[in-house]
Amino acid sequence: MSASDLTGLTLKGAVEGLSSKTFSAEELARAHLDAIAAANPHLNAFVLETPEKAMEMAKASDARRAKGEAGPLEGISLGIKDLFCTEGVESTAASKILKGFKPPYESTVTANLWRDGAVMLGKLNMDEFAMGSSNETSAFGPVTNPWKGKGSNQALTPGGSSGGSAAAVAADLCLGATATDTGGSIRQPASFTGTVGIKPTYGRCSRWGVVAFASSLDQAGPIAKTVEDAAILLRSMSGHDPKDSTSLNVEVPDFASFVGKSVKGLRIGVPDEYRIEGMPEEIAKLWDQGVEWLKAAGCEIKRVSLPHTKYALPAYYIVAPAEASSNLARYDGMRYGLREEGGSLTNVYENTRAEGFGEEVKRRILIGAYVLSAGYYDAYYLKAQKVRRRIADDFDAVFQEVDALLTPTAPSAAFALGDRNADPIAMYLNDVFTVTVNLAGLPGISVPAGVSGEGLPLGLQLIGRALDEGTLFSLAGAVEEAAAFRAKPQRWW
Amino acid sequence: MAIDVDTVRKVAKLARIAVPEARLQALSQELSGILAWIEQLDEVDTDGVEPMTSVVAAKLPLREDVVTDGGKRDAVLANAPKADKGFFVVPKVVE
Repeated sequence: MSASDLTGLTLKGAVEGLSSKTFSAEELARAHLDAIAAANPHLNAFVLETPEKAMEMAKASDARRAKGEAGPLEGISLGIKDLFCTEGVESTAASKILKGFKPPYESTVTANLWRDGAVMLGKLNMDEFAMGSSNETSAFGPVTNPWKGKGSNQALTPGGSSGGSAAAVAADLCLGATATDTGGSIRQPASFTGTVGIKPTYGRCSRWGVVAFASSLDQAGPIAKTVEDAAILLRSMSGHDPKDSTSLNVEVPDFASFVGKSVKGLRIGVPDEYRIEGMPEEIAKLWDQGVEWLKAAGCEIKRVSLPHTKYALPAYYIVAPAEASSNLARYDGMRYGLREEGGSLTNVYENTRAEGFGEEVKRRILIGAYVLSAGYYDAYYLKAQKVRRRIADDFDAVFQEVDALLTPTAPSAAFALGDRNADPIAMYLNDVFTVTVNLAGLPGISVPAGVSGEGLPLGLQLIGRALDEGTLFSLAGAVEEAAAFRAKPQRWW
Repeated sequence: MAIDVDTVRKVAKLARIAVPEARLQALSQELSGILAWIEQLDEVDTDGVEPMTSVVAAKLPLREDVVTDGGKRDAVLANAPKADKGFFVVPKVVE
């Protein structure tokens, strides 16, 4: 097989090819490393390429297979978001403040992937500390979306914060990638790049060794080429971990077995409040089309109401910055990362953090410190936690009547780099359909469903009950099949 | 509520981030804009609503109070900007 045949495979296809000895893990890794070397100067998807480690891991994988000890992801080449700590390999959360930080430990999620035989190609670009929706807050500069509008040469955002993960998967630089989602950071980039991304139920994947942003919202998940690939990856990533006190001690189902299952008789809610003012016509149409697809597959469609939807983003922009301001207090220039000298201890703290954090991260730390400060705690933080309860109660109520919800993933297709970074609130609105799920701790998946007038991918989102990812994989599989989304970005890099 | 320049200065101090005087005015506008947008939460009736602190209903797990890790001094110090003789080196704290 040629190198582009190898990188063009789905993860499932690669598992089959490796099992049948059509090619080796070393050949597969080499093909991806070459693709990365050629593409990365243009896409900037990887912040660190680890070719030696990849070839070493691939060789060990081939040896395990020869001994008949192949794991479920044996020999599969993956990209790892730079938010995951990888032992001995620089892990920076795309922040200057963590430059040079080589964790002496491995995150549980990545350790699970290596346990199952996967191979690491390198670390993926992202918004700094996962704070952003366009990858433009990265200390390494933005990722460029492999997709371009019809007849346009304009560089587009791959979305964020997992922009490197989404771009690398869309451009066939890896078979799948890890990502994280605090307000939409898996699903919105998946929508912008024609890939599949799932944020599982809070607690499915261990947060241990994942650089913390907002701990009550952060959750890891995969970005992949197909629904089935996402299911295979999520199974390996999930599982109880005593090192994360919010990790759920529940059985991990074989998620892939749900893909292709009949969805006949499932009740699907279409929430009125997601039909927001100013929604582009093509997104409203795609949503209606999604409803028709599921109806044709035998689902029962119901209009439902989630009355507190519009308050989700403002509540998020209290809860997330408050948690971030506490979590990021650890970056003090003493134990790891950057230190900017400056006389007194306090000056060193202040200079280190001024120099090490980017503007958006500083903005969020300041908002967080403000809403938590004496006299404002009740008015902001406590209020937001109560609104959060209202939002979760809305979901509880509709899940009495329906089995899942169908919504658009994002309010637009990928936009131009530089287009929205002047106005923080305009950027925050990217997450209007995704952030509710994080506040309620529910699973949500984005599936590519069509293209915009400019030929750019658009995703639909399915939201499920807590721990019911299985139903989401069945429904996402049905949407994927009906949409028959086969478009790939035209290679320009 | 608008955040004035003095409040930005105070919050920046609390957050231990040096903010140059020239940047305070712009930050005060940015933060005030975000807070004004956030204040639409006042429209929501939250009387008697229990604040949601976690989406995981279960109680935090307890474990045996035993040593499970340790003896990793060099690994702990490996990333320090400055270390010496098995210690972190930090600026003078007490005169």
